[in-house]
Amino acid sequence: MATVATPQAPAVEAGGRRPRGWRGLPVVRQLRQSVGLQRGMLVAGLLLTGLFLLTALFAPLLAPYEYNQLRDPAGPFGAQQAPSSEHWLGTTVGGYDVLSRVIWGSRTALLVIVAAVLMSIVIGVLLGLVSGYFGGWLDRVLVVIADAIYAFPSLLLAIVVGIVLNGGESSLAGGIMAAAISITVIFVPQYLRVVRAETVRIKAEAYVESARVIGAGQWRIMSRHVFRNATRTLPLILTLNASEAILTLAGLGFLGFGIEPTAAAEWGYDLQKALSDVTSGIWWTSVFPGLAIVLVVLGLTLVGESLNDLADPRLRTRRRGGTSPADVAETSVVPAAAAVPTELDPAKEVGL
Amino acid sequence: MTTTPARDVVDIDDLTVSFATDSGDVAAVKGVTLAVAAGEVLAIVGESGSGKSVTARSILGLLPETATTRGAVVLRSKDGASAHDVVTLSPRQLGDIRGVDAAMVFQEPSTALNPVYPVGWQIAEGLRAHGKYTRAEARAKVVDVMRRVGIPDPEKRVDHYPHQFSGGQKQRIVIAQALVLDPGVIIADEPTTALDVTVQAEILDLLRRCRDEFGTAIVLITHNMGVVADLADRVAVMYSGKIVEQADVATLFSSPQDPYTQKLLASVPRLGEGSARAVERSSRREAGWADSAPVVEARDLRIVYPGRLRQPDFVAVDGVSLAIRPGEVLGLVGESGSGKTTIGRAIAGLTKVTGGSLQVLGTEMNGVKEKTFRPVRERIGFVFQDPASSFNPLLTIAEAVAEPLVVHKRAGDAREARGRVDELLEAVQLPKAFGDRFPHELSGGQRQRASLARSLALQPELLIADEPTSALDVSVQARVLELFDELQREFGFAALFISHDLAVVDLLADRIAVLYRGSLVEEGTGAEVLGNPQHPYTQRLLASLPVPDPAEQARRRATWEQLSQS
Repeated sequence: MATVATPQAPAVEAGGRRPRGWRGLPVVRQLRQSVGLQRGMLVAGLLLTGLFLLTALFAPLLAPYEYNQLRDPAGPFGAQQAPSSEHWLGTTVGGYDVLSRVIWGSRTALLVIVAAVLMSIVIGVLLGLVSGYFGGWLDRVLVVIADAIYAFPSLLLAIVVGIVLNGGESSLAGGIMAAAISITVIFVPQYLRVVRAETVRIKAEAYVESARVIGAGQWRIMSRHVFRNATRTLPLILTLNASEAILTLAGLGFLGFGIEPTAAAEWGYDLQKALSDVTSGIWWTSVFPGLAIVLVVLGLTLVGESLNDLADPRLRTRRRGGTSPADVAETSVVPAAAAVPTELDPAKEVGL
Repeated sequence: MTTTPARDVVDIDDLTVSFATDSGDVAAVKGVTLAVAAGEVLAIVGESGSGKSVTARSILGLLPETATTRGAVVLRSKDGASAHDVVTLSPRQLGDIRGVDAAMVFQEPSTALNPVYPVGWQIAEGLRAHGKYTRAEARAKVVDVMRRVGIPDPEKRVDHYPHQFSGGQKQRIVIAQALVLDPGVIIADEPTTALDVTVQAEILDLLRRCRDEFGTAIVLITHNMGVVADLADRVAVMYSGKIVEQADVATLFSSPQDPYTQKLLASVPRLGEGSARAVERSSRREAGWADSAPVVEARDLRIVYPGRLRQPDFVAVDGVSLAIRPGEVLGLVGESGSGKTTIGRAIAGLTKVTGGSLQVLGTEMNGVKEKTFRPVRERIGFVFQDPASSFNPLLTIAEAVAEPLVVHKRAGDAREARGRVDELLEAVQLPKAFGDRFPHELSGGQRQRASLARSLALQPELLIADEPTSALDVSVQARVLELFDELQREFGFAALFISHDLAVVDLLADRIAVLYRGSLVEEGTGAEVLGNPQHPYTQRLLASLPVPDPAEQARRRATWEQLSQS
């Protein structure tokens, strides 16, 4: 984003310009910009996401037991115990504490999201830039591969990748990486397409042509002029993709291709194990992991959708002025000095 | 006012419009009071952002949702039977009066028409919305109005699609669309800005006939004082959301009262001003100058864009020969599609040369490799048409100006080049502190000056300026042109100055070359080309150019009418 304050930045402060410093940071700026329902959505999303992040970070402090703990000094927990003072949310069919599994599960989810989104962004942006900027046969091959990946049902693809990578292994790192890579494979084409489309557009912009006229080399044009402009919309896709990543992870776990309960806690796996409980009236084993998934996805989607709306001036609602006539605008109509019809000419004031 | 009009079709009383933006409310129009009499042409002039479009659009209630309107805009029907205050009307009521009492002609005819419907259908759209016409009646009415706006063979062309018409004809159809319900007033928002000068003259003629034959009042929004002198009966000058002066057209041009109007009129370039300067410049040149090796030399230059599948190739430049000697300014004039920009881009190595020979600073451009040309780029500067898009939005002005220095290893990075950048900014009369701003924080004129600074960073021997002032307001344009002239004298670079505006080219160029459909039809000094044009196209071009003087323009119009009849 164009908000990195330069050392000389103090010279540039003037009313009505894009705010700098912490107020100009991506999410903070949108939060300040938003009003009404859009603000409500954004705040709710940010609260849910913040809660998720905090839980993931402080899981060891928050969770009463380990995710793979089956007994404490007083003996085994017992399977399918109803919520009680020892086990606030009861225990699962495997004898794990539900609350601990839900809390630890947020950590797994976060790791998978971070790994998957990072990998797909790096690969996708790089391929998209090269593909869009150079075009030609490389571009065609990449786009065809991306289309081919699109044609597969994403979950099926994730399962295949999971099996190939995992090969029955189920450690924490291995399981997380397998899930992350299978999600990456699905997301790379998305980033590739977005960045490629932007690159193709920016390539025709006058400022890229002006760089060519100056005599700048291909790599300089790509890194300095195209890259940063082409990646401005990525934060929006990123938040939306993060929620999709969670759903894919949960789906993998639910189908039994996720992480073993001894390696890490995973909501999808717990849900699957809770399937048979539902018919026998044991609600706590399925409701809480399910609720966790719903809330995190909801939070991330709310943030993504409202950022998306706020980024588009046509969708953005604005604070309406009152009935008092606005003389606010005296300076903003024309950036010119009051009665001087030629444009603002500070050179004269400076005394050149 | 000299005549008291019988009736006003539009009465704007104390109109204030403000827009809700991210940084609070911004007033675009403040306390404007204005009247349009029946059958008169009222021109609203002013620079961009002065509120002229907003004022005119408020007559139709055509403001975006973020706008808040205060005051009264009373719109009367043509026969005077009904009057409505547009500000208080509901959207449904607005729909009832739009097209019937007031209609609109847009700036860009190619986007104002829907490409997937025949034009007849689109003209009839107004009839369908407002009356009960049978299909045959509507068609007859459409054919009639198309004939009256000068579309030949309307019975057949009524079923044609927009792409089958030329730009000027499309604008005629947009005007027909506005006229079909015979409204009392037409709002014409820059109706000729997107058109070539020769077509502009025809559309102005048509608008004049609208007033005379249909008795329609016209609110003409324009920044072109020549158009005002040609068409308007009365002029309102807007500045900063307020009307600073209102007068009939003769009075305004002969004795402007407000200082802003005076400045505005003074900054309009006039034909013939530049000839004296060119003579003075050529007298200063050394004796052997005419024989020195040209910086750019084109011989039978041909540039062809390959056609798409099963379409013929497009010949943009066809056998052009020209030369630019060191320190000389060549003005290249032509309408859109004449190939003038293509020539400029070919010289800068942005477009491939497909035939003939083009020597740029000793390098043959026909079949040149990017590698061999890159060292030559150092000696060429380029100023783009639109200053808004020719700067990377994420780089500060100083970084952008330093870019050529860094690329050609004159400086390690932008910070190291800062001293030189400050010098350059000073040379184009921008304060040093502007170097730390981002492009969007500068006005159009300031950005174009920064663009000049960037192109001069390496002290080029050749500067290509592609319509550098066409995106700027007249007053700003005057300053940029003046600066260009000063810099040219100081640095002594040769320049190719591309423009569609003869008056602008005349101000700066030593020689003028006129392009028409890819070929060079006339070339010579300003005095030769403007004083005694030989080619019929140049004659037509010159006669179509409206001058900012009503009396003089009336005389020129007569010449133009003669020319266009012959």
